[in-house]
Amino acid sequence: MAILNNRLSAEQYKEHFSDIHPPFETKEAAMVEANRCLFCYDAPCMKSCPTSIDVPKFIKQITTENIKGSARTIFSSNIMGAGCSKVCPVEKLCEGACVYNFMDEAPIPIAKLQRYSTETAMKNNWHLFERKKSTGKKVAIVGAGPAGLSCAHVLSREGIDVTIYEKESKGGGLMTYGIAAYKVTPEFCEDEVNYITAIGGIDIKYNHALGKEVTLEQLQQSYDAVYLAFGVGLARQLDIPGEQLEGVVDAIRFIYHLRTQGYSAISVGDSVAVIGMGMTAIDAATQAKRLGAKHVTLIYRRTEAEMPCTQHELDIAKLDGCEIIWLAAPKEIIGQNGKVTQLICDVMKLGEVDSGGRRSPIPTGETFSLNVDMVIKAAGQIPFESLVSQEQIEHKQGKITVKEKTATNLKGVFAGGDCVNGGKEVVDAVQAGKDGAAAIMRYITL
Amino acid sequence: MADISVNFLGIKSPNPFWLASAPPTDKKINVVRAFEAGWGGVVWKTLGSQVKNVSSRYSSVDFGGHRVMGFNNIELISDRPLDINLKEITEVVKMYPDRAMIVSLMADNNRASWHELIKKCEDAGAMGFELNFGCPHGMTERGMGAAVGQDPEIAKMVVEWVMEKATIPVITKLTPNVHSVVPTGKACVEAGTNALSLINTIQSVTGIDLDTLVPNPYVAGKSVFGGYCGPAVKPIALKMLTTISQNEITKKVPISGIGGISTWKDAVEFMLLGATTVQVCTAAMKHGFRIVEDMCEGLSNWMDEKGYKTVKDFVGKSVEKITHWEDLDINYHHVASINQDKCIHCGLCYIACEDTSHQSINLTKGQPYNTYTIKEEECVGCNLCKLVCPVDNCITMVEKRVAPEYINWKDWQRMGLPLNDH
Ligand SMILES: Cc1cc2nc3c(=O)[nH]c(=O)nc-3n(C[C@H](O)[C@H](O)[C@H](O)COP(=O)(O)OP(=O)(O)OC[C@H]3O[C@@H](n4cnc5c(N)ncnc54)[C@H](O)[C@@H]3O)c2cc1C
Ligand SMILES: Cc1cc2nc3c(=O)[nH]c(=O)nc-3n(C[C@H](O)[C@H](O)[C@H](O)COP(=O)(O)O)c2cc1C
Ligand code: SF4
Ligand code: SF4
Repeated sequence: MAILNNRLSAEQYKEHFSDIHPPFETKEAAMVEANRCLFCYDAPCMKSCPTSIDVPKFIKQITTENIKGSARTIFSSNIMGAGCSKVCPVEKLCEGACVYNFMDEAPIPIAKLQRYSTETAMKNNWHLFERKKSTGKKVAIVGAGPAGLSCAHVLSREGIDVTIYEKESKGGGLMTYGIAAYKVTPEFCEDEVNYITAIGGIDIKYNHALGKEVTLEQLQQSYDAVYLAFGVGLARQLDIPGEQLEGVVDAIRFIYHLRTQGYSAISVGDSVAVIGMGMTAIDAATQAKRLGAKHVTLIYRRTEAEMPCTQHELDIAKLDGCEIIWLAAPKEIIGQNGKVTQLICDVMKLGEVDSGGRRSPIPTGETFSLNVDMVIKAAGQIPFESLVSQEQIEHKQGKITVKEKTATNLKGVFAGGDCVNGGKEVVDAVQAGKDGAAAIMRYITL
Repeated sequence: MADISVNFLGIKSPNPFWLASAPPTDKKINVVRAFEAGWGGVVWKTLGSQVKNVSSRYSSVDFGGHRVMGFNNIELISDRPLDINLKEITEVVKMYPDRAMIVSLMADNNRASWHELIKKCEDAGAMGFELNFGCPHGMTERGMGAAVGQDPEIAKMVVEWVMEKATIPVITKLTPNVHSVVPTGKACVEAGTNALSLINTIQSVTGIDLDTLVPNPYVAGKSVFGGYCGPAVKPIALKMLTTISQNEITKKVPISGIGGISTWKDAVEFMLLGATTVQVCTAAMKHGFRIVEDMCEGLSNWMDEKGYKTVKDFVGKSVEKITHWEDLDINYHHVASINQDKCIHCGLCYIACEDTSHQSINLTKGQPYNTYTIKEEECVGCNLCKLVCPVDNCITMVEKRVAPEYINWKDWQRMGLPLNDH
């Protein structure tokens, strides 16, 4: 057993990481689906979209061949409408609410249609929004992820000059550095950031981290308002013996490398255990498998009924050949010569319902062991607690506390996205950015 | 099993489905294929003096992702030499003596030309004629086609010429490009035509190319009005057919119904309004001749289900059900009712009634599904909600008579009963 890179041929890597939701091949194909849309009133799909995209309208606009109008309908609610069409868990959002589900008919492929319109707009470089004359007002945003970019776009449209401080060398946040490679490519993420910032009035200062290159106090002094959208950090520690062994890796870091280096450069074990059952765990497991790991096992301390990922995502992992062990919690990692060889787990059972409304797992006393050479930790992400407390921002275990969706305890400082909600979806972050911009507009014009 | 054969003025046909005079009946090769597929008869593409066609010739209207909801053409009568057509007619009649072979005619506008054409076609083996008084383009400019059908006097004169000479049954095909088909229909019956057929195509512009700004169909940067047909014209054809079936004079002759027929159901509707046979063009042009299989089977199954032994048992049954507005029963009332178990919460009924009808549907907000219920006291029973609902039998109309007795508008007025109750 060994942790190795370069396990596959170039063609295999290409195939394994190709688009998991391919686009419509032809206009006719898009038309067939668009024409199935019933054009519901007060549509359940629209009400199930966190950014409230007017779905029936944009689909109708595809049928009338008004693609420009369709793209504008999408982008005016969700400036990351193109990215969202590739990464949103639509089975629990718009498509999950489609009324066709009541007829036991396939729902309208809303995401695929959204991709059709938005990709057409990006390919043709249509500029669908005009920036109002500069008001002379200035806003600083920390983080060029979905929340930051969404906030920036709304503010810029209103004539406000925006400066984004971003610690990485590229924009897009977890879209660029976290989401599975078979959903979005680095090129797409870069194009999307460029498409959004093409409106003008948005200056991104890369390699500028809050707390290092710049302080909150400086921002508060130089700008009329500040929006914090720096997301959340690394995966939670397991706090079990053996966690320091070679071969124990953090899922976020593992995916970060996968997204920033060539696939062949990324090492995986022969036999990999992934701890957790959220979106990140699934992504780490499927991608480890796609990089050439022979066995991948997802370990989750509760049951399928409590899992945080959707059924659709679980199915992807299963189809990729990942195994799943329910009701198991990591207890100890055993190593030889400093390298992982075994994972010992407690067998769990479900106890009382906890404060989160889910039955909490308790050890049965039984254990089992798995022979593994790599353990990927994906049991939730930790907020940037020290950064937040160092800047005197009110928070709960690092999650920023806000009033009216977006105002922090500091005057003129607003926040949204993962850094507030602790880690949800891209589409939630985009909506948070819009809410933040609206609150900032009200604050500035006071 | 029901007997779906028909006897139209002595012309026998194994089923009531004929192909209308048009490209599908233009040549031996098509007609043989049609008869192999099972069509009961054909009306051979109109014969007359020599013409020349242009390119392009057809255009269409698509709707909701479906192609060719309406179809139009700027073709003329047969552009093949007459003797070839006649020779092929003779050959086909010999191959398929059990099928109806009607020949459509449009001679030059004088008695001698008509007589000559009739003689030649009878010699070739035609079983009946259809006089094309309906072609709305190209031929009218020469005083033929719709130019004849639009003027009852001229139509009468031509039918009289034909009846002097013809020894086989004569059907006169009416143009819909008139405010009423009855005056010409009456004139033709009075002049002796043995039957009527309708409708021919309706003058139309199907659309404009938004890049070139040239309407369809395109001919070297220009277009002309084309004859419209296909599913879109069916309701208009049914209305015109009804007026012929209800008129005391025109109802005396059998009718061949035409216009937008694509399925056995369409055909039954034409027959219920008085047609003994039906003719099909666009549906065959869109799908090929194979559609006749389901037409025959569907008709036969429906007749079995309803207990009709022959088509005579139901032809014309709905004619008397179309009356005058002032004879309708004002005390009849029904209201919409939503089956909540079937409802898929699309809101289409609500927005239709709220924006454009009588604000008779309640909306109770839900996340993400709203609930819709009918305000029975407000509902006028217009049917709009039921028509737009995407689920079959989800909205039904429940009878709620205002009073038991029949009362019509004339009585209502005479008795001074109240108006504007809604
Ligand atoms: C593995 C994984 C898979 C996921 N898959 C999906 C998916 O398929 N679909 C989906 O909808 N969502 C998915 N998500 C969630 C989604 O990516 C996030 O909810 C979303 O990106 C949050 O946006 P954000 O702008 O709040 O934060 P982020 O995207 O995290 O952006 C924050 C930005 O701030 C920058 N930053 C951080 N600290 C500082 C600092 N001190 N100074 C300056 N800049 C800083 C970061 O570099 C980053 O660019 C996934 C998340 C993970 C981890
Ligand atoms: C391309 C084309 C050519 C036609 N040519 C003739 C014709 O020569 N003579 C005629 O009587 N009707 C002609 N028609 C009219 C058809 O016979 C028929 O009356 C009309 O198309 C309505 O039927 P439909 O809706 O089934 O097509 C033509 C129709 C089409 C589409
Ligand atoms: S029948 Fe007409 S008035 Fe009654 S609820 Fe339906 S749409 Fe409204
Ligand atoms: S149109 Fe039909 S399915 Fe849609 S909400 Fe109304 S009753 Fe329900």
